[in-house]
Amino acid sequence: MIKICTSELEPYKEIEAYQIQQKKVLLGKQGAANIFIGTMRDFNEGEEVKGMTLEHYPGMTEKQLEHVVAETEAQWSLLDTLVIHRVGDVFPDDVLVLVVVWSVHRGTAFDACRFIMEALKSKVPFWKKEILSDGSRRWVDKNTDGYVELS
Amino acid sequence: MSIKVRYFASLKELIGQAGDDCEFVSGMTVLDVWQALLPEKAMPTNVLAAINMEYVSLDSILKDEDELAFFPPVTGG
Repeated sequence: MIKICTSELEPYKEIEAYQIQQKKVLLGKQGAANIFIGTMRDFNEGEEVKGMTLEHYPGMTEKQLEHVVAETEAQWSLLDTLVIHRVGDVFPDDVLVLVVVWSVHRGTAFDACRFIMEALKSKVPFWKKEILSDGSRRWVDKNTDGYVELS
Repeated sequence: MSIKVRYFASLKELIGQAGDDCEFVSGMTVLDVWQALLPEKAMPTNVLAAINMEYVSLDSILKDEDELAFFPPVTGG
């Protein structure tokens, strides 16, 4: 499932509710669930950051997230995925993104979860605008160097 | 006969508006639309474009009633 979240994102509640909803898919089959939770820091590029606005392109965001999940499912055998991304005004320690991958074996869950996050950061139309401690605002202009293979 | 054009994030601020309409001309490309609407603004080198919410290159050809978006590199996650 893919979801855009406009208010507080509570990852553990979301996971619990989704697992109950999907018990026919998961129960008895799941050997591994890998969970990634991305949280807002209070610093970036050497500056204190006190808040942020996450803009997105409604419609394209969901479409591109669906492509990312489909690309992941073509590469790994997964039982299910849950991707939730926050938009709007956020503050340090707010959860910005949740990715959960359920699979039969752990290797698949780890790899597929990482792949979804890296693809999301480079392909899905979200943009961050930071509010610094002096009240000034700046767009984040670089997010990722792309997927880096672990050696 | 028009293309609906949308701008996002820092590009929206640079241009000073969230969108525009461009008269459709058969065979026009993504770059043609930018040049028709913003003749005095050079396109930043890192601009991304999407037609009907799918990524395209700047030489992609538009159809009438397409939605064309321009935006900077994405920074979600």
